[in-house]
Amino acid sequence: MVTADPERLMDGETMIINLGPQHPSTHGVLRVRLELDGERVVHAEPVIGYLHTGFEKTAESLTYQQCNTVTDRLDYLAPMTNNLAYVLAVEKLMNLEVPKRAQYIRVLFAELTRVASHLVWLGTHVMDLGAMSLFFYTMREREVILDLIEAAAGVRMNPSYFRVGGLAYDLPDGFHDKVRDLIKDFPRWMKSYRNLFEGNPLINERLEGIAVLTLEQALDWCATGPNLRGSGLPLDLRKDEPYSAYDEFDFKVCTRTEGDAYARFWVRIDEIYESMKIIEQALEKITPHGPYTTSDRKVALPPREEIYGNMEALIHQFKLVTAGFPVPRGEVYQGVEGPRGEMGFYLVSDGGPKPYRWRARTPSFYNLQTLPILCKDGLVADVITAIGSIDIMLGDVDK
Amino acid sequence: MIQIVLLIVKVILLLLILMGGFAYTMLAERRFLGFFQLRLGPNRVGPGGLFQPLADAVKMMLKEDLMPLQADSVVYRLAPVFSLLAALSVDAVIPFGAPIHIFGQTVSLDIANPGIGLLIAFAFSSLGIYGIVLGGWASQNKYSLLGGIRASAQMISYELAMGLSVLGVLMMAGTANLENIVLAQRAQGWFFLPQIIPFLIYFTTAVAETNRTPFDLPEAESELVAGYHTEYSGIRFAMFVMAEYINMMTVSGLAVTLFFGGWLGPSFLPPIIWFFIKMAIVIFVFIWIRATFPRFRYDKLMSFGWKVLLPISFIYFLGTAAFVSGIL
Repeated sequence: MVTADPERLMDGETMIINLGPQHPSTHGVLRVRLELDGERVVHAEPVIGYLHTGFEKTAESLTYQQCNTVTDRLDYLAPMTNNLAYVLAVEKLMNLEVPKRAQYIRVLFAELTRVASHLVWLGTHVMDLGAMSLFFYTMREREVILDLIEAAAGVRMNPSYFRVGGLAYDLPDGFHDKVRDLIKDFPRWMKSYRNLFEGNPLINERLEGIAVLTLEQALDWCATGPNLRGSGLPLDLRKDEPYSAYDEFDFKVCTRTEGDAYARFWVRIDEIYESMKIIEQALEKITPHGPYTTSDRKVALPPREEIYGNMEALIHQFKLVTAGFPVPRGEVYQGVEGPRGEMGFYLVSDGGPKPYRWRARTPSFYNLQTLPILCKDGLVADVITAIGSIDIMLGDVDK
Repeated sequence: MIQIVLLIVKVILLLLILMGGFAYTMLAERRFLGFFQLRLGPNRVGPGGLFQPLADAVKMMLKEDLMPLQADSVVYRLAPVFSLLAALSVDAVIPFGAPIHIFGQTVSLDIANPGIGLLIAFAFSSLGIYGIVLGGWASQNKYSLLGGIRASAQMISYELAMGLSVLGVLMMAGTANLENIVLAQRAQGWFFLPQIIPFLIYFTTAVAETNRTPFDLPEAESELVAGYHTEYSGIRFAMFVMAEYINMMTVSGLAVTLFFGGWLGPSFLPPIIWFFIKMAIVIFVFIWIRATFPRFRYDKLMSFGWKVLLPISFIYFLGTAAFVSGIL
């Protein structure tokens, strides 16, 4: 990272200002060290680590099934995709087959969280630009999605709904109807949002040509997700390396070529529509009843009624709860397409029930590194636009 | 003698109206914003939240008045006073209603009725920005400084257009006396119809003058934390807020006086009520705008002021001049 030129600072021509860590629009505890000439940004440098939580080390002392709860808390606006990346990595290492129905349900929830996450982004991004009200509308609709998550997982924010081998519980009764209601209401929501920002010259003016990230720069800094697609490369792990039966779904990878905040804005808006398409398809594929987790008793807990009548089931239950299951020696990487980009886990197993190394490849960390490029020669107002437009999540950056 | 007594009574009444108006404009804004944003807004203190302003006032007065160590103490203390004073002074020349007859005297419902009322109003409302600039400068805080710089950049970009936009009204009425401008509208009809474009320009610049969304650049919560009043607390902070809301009432009052016939209206309501009804509608539009629009970027605002508003208002000004003088 290039730091500010000390000689330039000694001249007194520029001013250092700390944007954050406590600031209304840094979405958490990001600190950006800005070197300003008037309001023009000479240099911007993200300073991270204010939310360092030591997740990777924590995970090394947890069993594979327990680690799942840690993944929720990385990107807490899209916990399901984190769960998905992690459980897929473990399943890959164990060569575990997951029932198709569970895979579809996973897709359904991964896309629901993508929509929820994009809704939060939309609200906060537009709020950063100065329009307050949209935030409240998107939060209202996000609530509907959180209710769905709560109905299935029992928890709203950190569900840990996906487990190694499948899901924690089956879908509750009436879940299909609730999702159908959501799909029905969705065009109406989007229309009411678009009334507020679409074609609004004030919004367009704040976004167009601002915070430009060229494709080379995006690739150089490993930007992924909508930030990369906004620069023109249709890279999407759901298409390129399909996982969890994504190859059975029909959807489009949304791209724009301009690479500015406006392009990233519309990539995300388009993605919301694509996600809703996937949700609709997934709902048709999910049968009301069926297996929701693997039948491998060495991994998944046996059903309650089996435990009371079956000696072996009791042993399995006891072993799984107290010690966890062993994972074969080896290492693995699995990435999924999260709302913010490639969310991946690199796991090293020494053959025991706990990971030897648990490494998270979180998209926001890489996306944030492009901030100095995005802010260069912009105004202070553009720094806020830039931070909002790369949609970072501090829990994801600092780990 | 009786005139001096009347004047003092009028000053006290106006101050009370403005303070009360400030308190309840703020409450109205918070309630309306609440409704716009699927919330209820403050509704706990008193029936429907009606006593909320009292609670706020008590809180603001009891809060510790902090000052940064390095701040320029004199300017820092004076800036909010200055802001508030400028905001209050403008209202002295606004006629709130038709002259009334009391104690055998004809009393006009304004404190002063100078021939150049319009100029005085604009002079004082322009002064208000200095409070913000000085406050931002004296705080010795970088965010405040940026807020102050933005305030001055903003001022030079809208003041000219604002001045030009009301010249048409001045020419049509043939006077700069605000009371006579209202009376002229009785004869010629409300000025907003022939002067619709200047009215829109006046309204846009009025939003900028009061530093409200989408021109709230000096404050710009999401960019500059709180802008020029980042370091202010307690009653001094309250004075800045008061200045903002009183300014909003003032520019609404001026808009009503200049373009919407002031106190004129059907006779089933007294003139002063008509004035306040019109003013309330304009204030509601301010609140509505705040709930809807994002913020300008300050260089865009400057080019908007200079390249769009100024030429349009100038052309319209020339056209009105040609029309009034009979060339057209």
